Amino acid sequence: MTCKCSECDGEIKIPKDSVNGEIVTCPDCGLEFELSIESDGKCNLKVAEVVGEDWGE
Amino acid sequence: MKIGESETPSLARTFSIIFDRTRWEEKALIKAAKRKRIKINLIDAKNTSFDITSEDLTEHYGEIVLQRCISYFRGLHVTAILEKKGMKVVNSFDTTSICGNKMLTSLALSKAKVPTPKTFVAFTPETALEILDEIGYPAVIKPVIGSWGRLVSPIRDRATAEAILEHRELMGNSLLQIHYIQEMVKRPPRDIRTIVVGDEITAAIYRSSPSGSWRTNVALGATTTVCPITSELEDAALKAAKAVGGGILAVDLMESPKGNVVHEINSTIEFRGAESGTGVDIASKILEYLTKISKK
Repeated sequence: MTCKCSECDGEIKIPKDSVNGEIVTCPDCGLEFELSIESDGKCNLKVAEVVGEDWGE
Repeated sequence: MKIGESETPSLARTFSIIFDRTRWEEKALIKAAKRKRIKINLIDAKNTSFDITSEDLTEHYGEIVLQRCISYFRGLHVTAILEKKGMKVVNSFDTTSICGNKMLTSLALSKAKVPTPKTFVAFTPETALEILDEIGYPAVIKPVIGSWGRLVSPIRDRATAEAILEHRELMGNSLLQIHYIQEMVKRPPRDIRTIVVGDEITAAIYRSSPSGSWRTNVALGATTTVCPITSELEDAALKAAKAVGGGILAVDLMESPKGNVVHEINSTIEFRGAESGTGVDIASKILEYLTKISKK
């Protein structure tokens, strides 16, 4: 499956074993997206959050 | 799969994982749950809100919740809500709160007499400089909240100290006005990460600094090799884990000339490096631990 990058219209390939919330990167412009898979199998991409100062483990 | 839906249907045990980013570790947990036929609800904290004054949450979250938010404050607040609503959350609010704050961690380790680097706290640049002049250079300054080695700085002389303290003052972040200062431990260019799950060390690795770097965070490019689990290492790691309330923890130690010292404990652990370095199926160990404590 592929999705279009909202920034540059590049083609982003979605691997078959992807899960909700996984980060995918546009190979053309490098923008990161968070993957959302609907119940009918359709994928939506939302621009991912950037690293916060409280992020970590 | 839709957020909130289970990965595997109609199975006996139900856990929830509340997260805000699907990292390698979340995927490993999902795969391990499938293998073990454990039903898990995946809940994205970013898409969730709570009626904290009236909502009964038990029905939605199952027997136990594994809190794995990448954002410390988001995870901490989610944990507070779920715990106050009667849910069992791993790690607990107290443990998450202590491990997320380096000063609280140092206090807990010190109280439990776990060997830890000499540590000082000051609340103004002037008193921080006084401490640094007294303990001598080099020393280390760290933010009390933060991870992945972010803003952890070696201070090699007074001029560097003045510059770093001035930067912190102008950054406008209240937490950076709490100056957490540690002695520079004489250690090899590596530290030890132990993964503690309940009362067991499941894996230990050396994390070696990349060439030209000082820090040993895997996030910053450190390489990992297997570390033998000696009784000394086991004692220190388990004692440290207990000091912060226990659970699923990554206890980090440095090899000082006087023996191992614990310098950090992480409560939302990233275990990719430890799992690939040791071959231990840490995700399965975590699920086994959740199963064990949910029966209690």
